[in-house]
Amino acid sequence: MSNPQQLMLREQYGTPEQQRESVTFGMWIFLATEVMFFGGLFMAFTVYRVLYPLGFDEGSKDMSIVLGSINTAVLITSSLTMALAIHSASMAKLKRASFLLLTTAFIGLVFLAIKFTEYYQHYEAHKAPGVWFESSSPHANAMELFYVFYFAMTGLHAIHMIIGITLVVIFAVRAYCGSFNSEYHTPLEALGLYWHFVDIVWVFLFAIFYISGLHT
Amino acid sequence: MSTVVKIPTAETPNYLTEERGILSWLLTTDHKRIGLLYLASVTFFFFIGGIFALLMRLELATPETDLVSPHTYNELFSMHGIIMVWFFLIPSIPNTLGNFLIPMMIGAKDLAYPKLNLASWYIYMFGGIVALYSMARGGVDTGWTFYTPFSTIYSNTYVVGAALGIFISGFASILTGLNFIATIHCMRAPGLTWFKLPLFVWSHYATSIIFVLATPILAVVLLMIAVERIFQVGIFSASLGGDPVLFQHMFWFYSHPAVYIMVLPGMAVISELVAAFSRKRIFGYTFVAYASVSIAVIGFLVWGHHMFVAGTSVYSAMYFSLLSYAVAVPSAIKVFNWTATLYKGSISWDTPMLYAIGFIGLFTIGGMTGLFLAALGVDVHVTDTYFVVAHFHYIMVGGTIMAFLGGMHYWWPKISGRMYPEGISKLSALTVFLGFNLTFFPQFVLGYLGMPRRYAAYPPEFQTLHVLSTAGATILGAGYLMPLIYFFWSWHYGPIAPPNPWRATGLEWRTPSPPPKHNFEVTPVVTQKAYDYDAMKEELGLV
Repeated sequence: MSNPQQLMLREQYGTPEQQRESVTFGMWIFLATEVMFFGGLFMAFTVYRVLYPLGFDEGSKDMSIVLGSINTAVLITSSLTMALAIHSASMAKLKRASFLLLTTAFIGLVFLAIKFTEYYQHYEAHKAPGVWFESSSPHANAMELFYVFYFAMTGLHAIHMIIGITLVVIFAVRAYCGSFNSEYHTPLEALGLYWHFVDIVWVFLFAIFYISGLHT
Repeated sequence: MSTVVKIPTAETPNYLTEERGILSWLLTTDHKRIGLLYLASVTFFFFIGGIFALLMRLELATPETDLVSPHTYNELFSMHGIIMVWFFLIPSIPNTLGNFLIPMMIGAKDLAYPKLNLASWYIYMFGGIVALYSMARGGVDTGWTFYTPFSTIYSNTYVVGAALGIFISGFASILTGLNFIATIHCMRAPGLTWFKLPLFVWSHYATSIIFVLATPILAVVLLMIAVERIFQVGIFSASLGGDPVLFQHMFWFYSHPAVYIMVLPGMAVISELVAAFSRKRIFGYTFVAYASVSIAVIGFLVWGHHMFVAGTSVYSAMYFSLLSYAVAVPSAIKVFNWTATLYKGSISWDTPMLYAIGFIGLFTIGGMTGLFLAALGVDVHVTDTYFVVAHFHYIMVGGTIMAFLGGMHYWWPKISGRMYPEGISKLSALTVFLGFNLTFFPQFVLGYLGMPRRYAAYPPEFQTLHVLSTAGATILGAGYLMPLIYFFWSWHYGPIAPPNPWRATGLEWRTPSPPPKHNFEVTPVVTQKAYDYDAMKEELGLV
């Protein structure tokens, strides 16, 4: 019987070593792209926050710090289950890895559920930007800009979550079917990198949208 | 041209004959076939963009607006720019020649992620179709730069569609850059250290860094334009509290490095061509390698020189002016080193070399006029005039397209296994060179005299120069049609090419033409530095 590593070696690579290195390296480069992608929005947000401190502050005060904090805790928990899943895979406990991945996906869905509840509340309060937006504040324009960035950035984050959850479910099935082993679970590690990255982005989003308006 | 016939390879299957049928192309993960898919697509987009250019030049043959209405003219230059920049120039060399050659030059079987490579082609085509569809529905009139607030409030054209097309195709660029970086890091053949790599690979590495780090900013800013138009919010509209200049900052943070996305691969080709046809190692190899990377790095820090008249602070303008001078240094290093390579070289004037020499001259003119534009006082005088138009066409058309054509001729025997006809290809190189200069040199003069860009009509005293330019464009068009025709001819009827028709160094020449599916029978082990013509004299039959 041939070596299980050889079975998973794709034709373009010479050695399993090379394959492992390339897969992880590629994910890091992809994350560099993602940093620039979100970075552009963070930069634009910062420019307007400096231009309109009062309006942005008013917008930030509308955020539900309770829901935001719960969501942050939820998401960080999902990072823990993801890390445990990778650990299990490296110990060749694939059933457990699969279960932990499904847990991760479930926690991700809880995050999205809370997030969309918040979106609905903003919509009800006429805070969704565009034709739905109504405000009698003297800083209405700046507040609307705040909400544009809020919806755009958390929305993009949510899209990343949806993609992540889909991949996590697929990988859970693959782990259950035994597509990984203790020697080769690099794609799972790459997925883990992506998942942790999306979590970290949320931590920054939480800071700029929720915490910045917390002072009295 | 004399050729060395080494081993007959016609019997063994190559990447073209290994599998047959349309599906074997559409589902291929072979980097060589994907390179050809890209080649067909960028050629298609090149001629679409070329037709727009030709219509503009015809309109400009007379001072009045007679051929097309001013509105149509606005759409013509916008669509010309969008198609040429994003659907031709940016993918042109990296995705065709780069895709085809990088794995071969580093002795790999394929790129690191072959499926991602195919995905990038589909994403690119999808973006292209979206852009073409929005053009067919009525086009866009904002210029390729989409300046706000015109693009977000005042333009009644299909801005969102065009922006979406570019947004989508941006992901193809990102995937290509990611693939190249990982490939160059992880897939090099045994013994092939970084400073043994051909400069083609170095330059594409630098390009890929820009692909990966700059393209997402374009994606974000186009997304913001789409959001502003769709939801009627004021991200960039001053009347609603937005900052239109922020758009320019973000746009040029991508689009200035994008200029280097367009020209670095051209430099990549020229380094190979100059070495091969001078039979010498590139003078100052290490400097040229580092120059590529420093162009990529400094290129990120100069975007503000597009905004000297946009109301930015005078101190930021001085900073950007200074750094724009700095970015000219590595470019100049390259030009000097290519020239020094020619010195005492054993030069042969095959068609690729004609293009390469053309590139060096035209790129120098384009680069030097870039320094005029980096100077604050001069820039204020010539901003948004034909001087700027002429400057960047010298870089993008005189530089990149000359290099693209030169590279296509040089590697055509490897790609197709056939030689192109020598006589007519030399004629085409000369036609392109003359046509190009006749088209764009008068535009320097026009711009300096005050002719603004993007106008369908102009005062009668400019007509002579405009007529010269239009005449040149016609010649240039004919020059571009010639290779299209004889490459098609050569694909079927050209003389069979040997593995190494140019007696060049480089791993891609040590495998049959066309190469087998996995490039090499045996993974090569590299012991020599790049372009080591002295050491390989006898092996290459150059004595």
